[in-house]
Amino acid sequence: MQVNSVRYTLLFATAVCLVCSMLVASAAVLLRDRQHANQLLYLQKNMLQATGLVKIGDAISDAEIRRIFDRYIRLRLVDLQTGEYVEHPQIDPSRYDQRRARADPAQSRAAPPNLSQIKRIPNLATVALVVKDGEPVQVVLPIEGIGLYGTLYGFVALDRDLTTIRGLAFYENRETPGLGGEVDNPKWKAKWPGRKAFDDAGNVRISLVKGGGVGPPKEDPHHVDALSGATITSNGVTRMLHFWLGESGFGPYLAKARQRGGP
Amino acid sequence: MFAWLRSRDAAALADEPRSGKFRWFKTREGAALTDPLFKNNPIGLQVLGICSALAVTTRMDKALVMAVSLTFVAAVSSFMVSLIRKYTPSSIRIIVQLAIISSLVIVVDQVLKAYLYEISLSLSVYVGLIITNCIVLGRTEGFAMQNPPLLSLIDGVGNGLGYGLVLLIVGFIREFIGTGRMFGNQILPTVSEGGWYVPNSMFLLAPAAFFIIGFMIWFLRIWKPEQQEKD
Amino acid sequence: MEHYLAIAVKSIFIENMALAFFLGMCSFLAVSRRVETALGLGIAVVFVQTLTLPLNNLILNHLLKEGSLAWLNRDFAGLDLTFLTFIVFISTIAAAVQVVEMTLDKYFPTLHNSLGVFLPLIAVNCAILGGSLFMAERDYTFAESVVFAVGSGSGFLLAIVGFAAIREKMRYGNPPKGLRGLGIAFIATGLMSIGFMMFAGIQL
Repeated sequence: MQVNSVRYTLLFATAVCLVCSMLVASAAVLLRDRQHANQLLYLQKNMLQATGLVKIGDAISDAEIRRIFDRYIRLRLVDLQTGEYVEHPQIDPSRYDQRRARADPAQSRAAPPNLSQIKRIPNLATVALVVKDGEPVQVVLPIEGIGLYGTLYGFVALDRDLTTIRGLAFYENRETPGLGGEVDNPKWKAKWPGRKAFDDAGNVRISLVKGGGVGPPKEDPHHVDALSGATITSNGVTRMLHFWLGESGFGPYLAKARQRGGP
Repeated sequence: MFAWLRSRDAAALADEPRSGKFRWFKTREGAALTDPLFKNNPIGLQVLGICSALAVTTRMDKALVMAVSLTFVAAVSSFMVSLIRKYTPSSIRIIVQLAIISSLVIVVDQVLKAYLYEISLSLSVYVGLIITNCIVLGRTEGFAMQNPPLLSLIDGVGNGLGYGLVLLIVGFIREFIGTGRMFGNQILPTVSEGGWYVPNSMFLLAPAAFFIIGFMIWFLRIWKPEQQEKD
Repeated sequence: MEHYLAIAVKSIFIENMALAFFLGMCSFLAVSRRVETALGLGIAVVFVQTLTLPLNNLILNHLLKEGSLAWLNRDFAGLDLTFLTFIVFISTIAAAVQVVEMTLDKYFPTLHNSLGVFLPLIAVNCAILGGSLFMAERDYTFAESVVFAVGSGSGFLLAIVGFAAIREKMRYGNPPKGLRGLGIAFIATGLMSIGFMMFAGIQL
């Protein structure tokens, strides 16, 4: 057959397509489970780092992370508007995907205007309780909001008084490495535990301040050093904390939990 | 139509004295492997594939993963394209090359997601952009279409290494001066952590990447004056 | 409305394809010796970007994403084809470029004469594929993707025309020998990029 004839060209193209699709499809199918496992493990690791159960920078095996997670963490669904826990027969909290729910009009509502550029709020959110000896001692809340280049996704862990911050972790950010990307810096994250997110009247007060020199949590409970050279990212972190701890976020849940005396 | 991609390999691989100590490096295969490092560097001389070279070099681990991925794609796609070069109808050769390259890039992306999840998150869209990285298409179209498979494979590896070398150098400069770290490990203790080093964060921003490549080209051309451009 | 304006301003100035994300650098450096050719390439990029990015958005949202095939058959609702994103995007782009080239050739020969040479170049321009990949990563809706396409294309146009103008003047300069051509071009691009960084301060 002639190499440049139409028939040969079509045949050749089909053959190439077949070989390529086999290659791509087998890679995708073979690696899918591993990718999902990785994704889950990565989230679990960040959640544990926010709570302080896993020290940042510790060499820790995947199995160990899973063990700690299974032992201490209980996932619960919360109705953001009422602030109550919900037991949904069809939704398993460990499989519930807040980001997907947010995109579905049936499972979410439009957000009020906010500086974190959050467009929709899911009706249900997953919170993680840290349970020790049958008692919930901490609660981890998912947060997200715009930084400089894109949305930061992370967790903030609160103590059982639902005011004191135990730590935070961002598992996804597109900020400039070394500047805004320092939200991942363990030294910076170490400045968070012990700060108070709320004042005595129950208003969200935590904020990042520029210029450094913020004292230890006892002296200066409502402030944290901003990231140097990353004003917009720092403002983004302050704003997303205000949004998610406030009225349209986990505010109702936190208020109810405080009345109950624990998460 | 893709004449601009065809580069100066013919000249680079022309007969040179094939003797001396490092005889293998003077063979055709040897030249295909080592020439792209300094003599005919894809970034420094041919201005190919700089898009990603600038974007992923804020950290050395990112640069390294990117360099390895690109080397793999360049080598395997060159090999495959060369293998079927005699049977490829010329009217669809570019699209065939693109199909092979994109399939390989998808495989690389899937592997990264499965084994190096955190780095694949931080590489963001730039893994996908290997598809349009001019080095890969430049080598398949400019070299592999005319040369036997094994030589093309070696040529792909060589160009991947040449690219990786530049990436690692730029990554080293940017990460070391910008944060005082190497591969994420703190080498110089910074002031904010109680040390003495004041990191120059400008090196982490886009303009610094352009300056560093500019200066690298300058030094390369002082060292090898035959690469200087005549106006 | 404000939201779309924000995307447009962001994609033209703050997140400029060429100067902040380094996309399309190969053609940025290769086709910027003269303002006229730079303008031609820039317009072609805007054109192809505006055509392919929303098209890719439709394909992604209605064919590839998990659950997006439900309109075809309920059984397909569980399919997740996002791993095909790269190859589908590049095929769309290559095909669109080919179609545009043939259409221009047939019906607008004058336009083809001025833009035609750049079209094949654009199929492998990272700014085009990068734009589509950013669209996928940021989950843009169709309307947002149209705004982003026009914005990111115009940003590239702005950068390359500005750079070509600088390069034309630079020919009269006398830099050291090793720096001539490519070296000084990179340094000039770096300076331009610093200029564009000033836009990052805009609060949107």
